[in-house]
Amino acid sequence: MKLEDFSIFELSYLLKKRQIRAVEIVERYLSIIEEKNSKLNAFISVNERALEEAKRVDESISRGEAIPPYAGIPIAVKDNINIKGMETTCASEILKGYIATYDATAVRKLREKGFIFIGKTNMDEFAMGSSTEFSSFGPSRNPHDPERVAGGSSGGSAVAVASGMAQAALGSDTGGSIRLPASFCGVYGLKPTYGRVSRYGLVAYASSLDQIGPIARNVEDIAILLSVISGWDENDSTTSTMPVSDFFEYIFENRDRETYRIALPEEYWGEGLSIEVRKVLEEFLGFLKMNLFKIEKVSLPHTKYAIPSYYIIAMAEASSNLGRFDGVRYGRRVEGRTFREMIENTRGEFFGEEVKRRVLLGTFVLSAGYYEDYYLKAQKARTLIINDFKNIFREYDFVLAPTSPTLPFRIGEKIDDPLKMYLSDIYTVSPNLAGLPALNIPVGFSNGLPVGIQLIGNYFSENRMLKFAYFVEKEYSG
Amino acid sequence: MMDVVIGLEVHVQLKTKSKIFCSCPADYTKDIPPNTHICEVCTGQPGSLPVFNKKVLEYGVLLSLATESRISKLIRFERKNYFYPDLPKSYQISQYRAPLSYGGFIELKSGKRIRLQRIHMEEDAGKLVHVAGETFIDFNRAGVPLLEIVTEPDISSPDEAVEFLTLLRETVRYLGISDGDMEEGSLRCDANISLKPEGEDRLGTKVEIKNINSFKFVKRALEFEIKRQTEVLKSGGRVIQETRLFNEAKGTTESMRTKEEAHDYRYFPDPDLVPIEISQELIDRVSEDLVELPLQKYWRFRKEYGLNDERASILKSDYYMAEFFERTVKFVGNPEKVANWMTVEITGILRNVGKELKETPLTPENFSSLLKLLFEGKISRPAAKSVLKRALEIGEDPIQLIENEGLLQSRGDLSPLIEEILRSHADQVKDYCNGRKKIISFFIGQAMKITRGKADPVELKKIFEEKLKDACKGLD
Ligand SMILES: [Zn+2]
Repeated sequence: MKLEDFSIFELSYLLKKRQIRAVEIVERYLSIIEEKNSKLNAFISVNERALEEAKRVDESISRGEAIPPYAGIPIAVKDNINIKGMETTCASEILKGYIATYDATAVRKLREKGFIFIGKTNMDEFAMGSSTEFSSFGPSRNPHDPERVAGGSSGGSAVAVASGMAQAALGSDTGGSIRLPASFCGVYGLKPTYGRVSRYGLVAYASSLDQIGPIARNVEDIAILLSVISGWDENDSTTSTMPVSDFFEYIFENRDRETYRIALPEEYWGEGLSIEVRKVLEEFLGFLKMNLFKIEKVSLPHTKYAIPSYYIIAMAEASSNLGRFDGVRYGRRVEGRTFREMIENTRGEFFGEEVKRRVLLGTFVLSAGYYEDYYLKAQKARTLIINDFKNIFREYDFVLAPTSPTLPFRIGEKIDDPLKMYLSDIYTVSPNLAGLPALNIPVGFSNGLPVGIQLIGNYFSENRMLKFAYFVEKEYSG
Repeated sequence: MMDVVIGLEVHVQLKTKSKIFCSCPADYTKDIPPNTHICEVCTGQPGSLPVFNKKVLEYGVLLSLATESRISKLIRFERKNYFYPDLPKSYQISQYRAPLSYGGFIELKSGKRIRLQRIHMEEDAGKLVHVAGETFIDFNRAGVPLLEIVTEPDISSPDEAVEFLTLLRETVRYLGISDGDMEEGSLRCDANISLKPEGEDRLGTKVEIKNINSFKFVKRALEFEIKRQTEVLKSGGRVIQETRLFNEAKGTTESMRTKEEAHDYRYFPDPDLVPIEISQELIDRVSEDLVELPLQKYWRFRKEYGLNDERASILKSDYYMAEFFERTVKFVGNPEKVANWMTVEITGILRNVGKELKETPLTPENFSSLLKLLFEGKISRPAAKSVLKRALEIGEDPIQLIENEGLLQSRGDLSPLIEEILRSHADQVKDYCNGRKKIISFFIGQAMKITRGKADPVELKKIFEEKLKDACKGLD
């Protein structure tokens, strides 16, 4: 058994039993990074102090000192989440060289539990994209076929996890940015309920949709990471005061068989779904039926508004959120004769095409005279989408939908067609609009490429979702 | 004749301990080194998020209650987007569609009500500092809480504008929520002004005037603008909608940008801050901090103490002074005399030394003792004045001063002195008895010289007259 086949829980156990050293774990991951990263481009930067930190863990253990529960476990972090003292680039030219001045809350919590940050992962610039092709560091490549995209925007995190370059990773999900790459790379990726995880220290793309979440090779690791990073944060007013259970303990203790009521919204299983993906997913649905789960077709009638509403709201918020990258206080600057000119030069030079497109469209939809027609309408559609889900969750435990309409596409295939690219998110944006938790579960392969299914749960029902996924992992995938 | 129509937008900076969206101290005065009261939130570092300081809401509710504004049940913050070097996030967190309160008013002495369109909360920007041809930014002020008060166009003269601002300033000071100091920037005012033919309902084209940085400039800027617009209209021209800057040095206004160049701020609800419900409970709790307002006090002082307009106006202008006055009157009565001492003597001395009453050791108690001595004739008026002056200037207890310097006078004490003066000036006494009554001022002068001004001249005159009457009888 290879080291990277162990779970966080197992590694921690072995570490405490002194059957493995933290240095060995970190060295193993560093060597895989060394071997694979130049090809797959998962990392933007690697933490040079990781080994040193691992040594300190080993010293503590050998002195018999108490260590935090997950000391020495290497985690990768998407490069839009601040780690104090390390570069945060958001894969953008404009932030190259920017050193974060504080830890994101999620990072602080992981640090307190002993995790070691092995590096910062590649992404679409400012998380705007579905393939990690819009990175100023070049695209991340799919470990199952390097000619194909890894999905995005948390592509680097998904690649790092799938190819064994990190034990697990943090990503951020605004419209599918954790689930889509998890699906393309064949790993688990959870977008928690909005407000479950603090956004403090996550460079904002679309504040009302963004959520940090874990990407991992197994359900246990997802549960452990979620337990650590969840909870109310005094620095983020949008976090929930809902108590956080120990998700790991929950799935471990509750292994009784449940008969779930599962809704399949017809809007998600229609024409747009490719034959290859459909075949793998239907096979999985067959397994669920065999387990006597109640599986029924339902309708989420306002689904057609999801993509336009999502892009209007996300771009509107982005146009405002990215205003701070003006060359005044931090990041890079191109001089000009006036303040205006300096800003125009800086943003003109250092923002990529996709970022410019979204900032411009976002600026447009918030402009006087258009606000009501676009932004307000999108918000109304959002309310309708929320109500659709509320109705469904009165009668069902989960909604199941494809994560992606297609298999991972070829690098460059959609990069010149923004609308085609935007449709990659067609199945993933609704949970963000509704604030619901959603998890990608890898359920098979087609032509050697991974296929994932998306489990959407009711608000704050992550424990039940993870229990379901754990069951699937043990009984189906495993 | 033209009607003048003025509306004001006033920014009041709140005296909370910390900033509106982070825990940095809200103090940004000159002695604080630049960029020391800052953090990732108020400098707009990537990933930082605002957290609302509830104290700001309490202060806002208090001013809303004081102006009888209707407080919204549910409020939210919105982002006002524009680029400027002192604006760290390139948007200001403000309120737009769901402000804190609306529909209040401030009443002028004339009984006219200036209606308030709205009161809302927002954050201040940083400050540009120009040094030797270079521009620096100090973010200490970024995130300091502000209330913006917007009036309806109800003001019809520069004088009314000044009176409104004065009352607003006094109100925020009474409530203890702001220093209300225009020169220091804790009270800032933009004015919208237009002219229309007398009696006409339709408003004329409005011009916005910015950069009015002191009370005296409010009047000057508005007067200039009325003159300018009158001349434009008289000569058959058209006033154009624009923003003009007041130029302090020239006393004029200058065009800054026209309507076409106006900003589109692209307001939208700030997704980082959740909507806030304002409970009746909060309103009730805050309303306990309400005090009698400046104009109410003014009218009460006039009715209850019979004070004239000027004295009542001066006393009500400062909460501490008004309280001081009332407590003093409670001890010694004589409201008019107390008011006179306070509005003439004390105010004059304080103006000269540049202090405020509350910074001096003068208290209603020791001031009352001083006045009591004066009213009972135990100390002379000049001595009282000089004690007061030194008490306010040097900061010494006035009663202590009187005791230390033996300033207490009494008839018994003065008699031997007066008799001695009369004895040693027999010729002048003779002159007096022979009808040169004016010479009495010579005797008083002598007494004042010997007592070094301690004696009360009025008192002296009375005693001299009595003693001289006896002396003349003796001569007969
Ligand atoms: Zn701060």
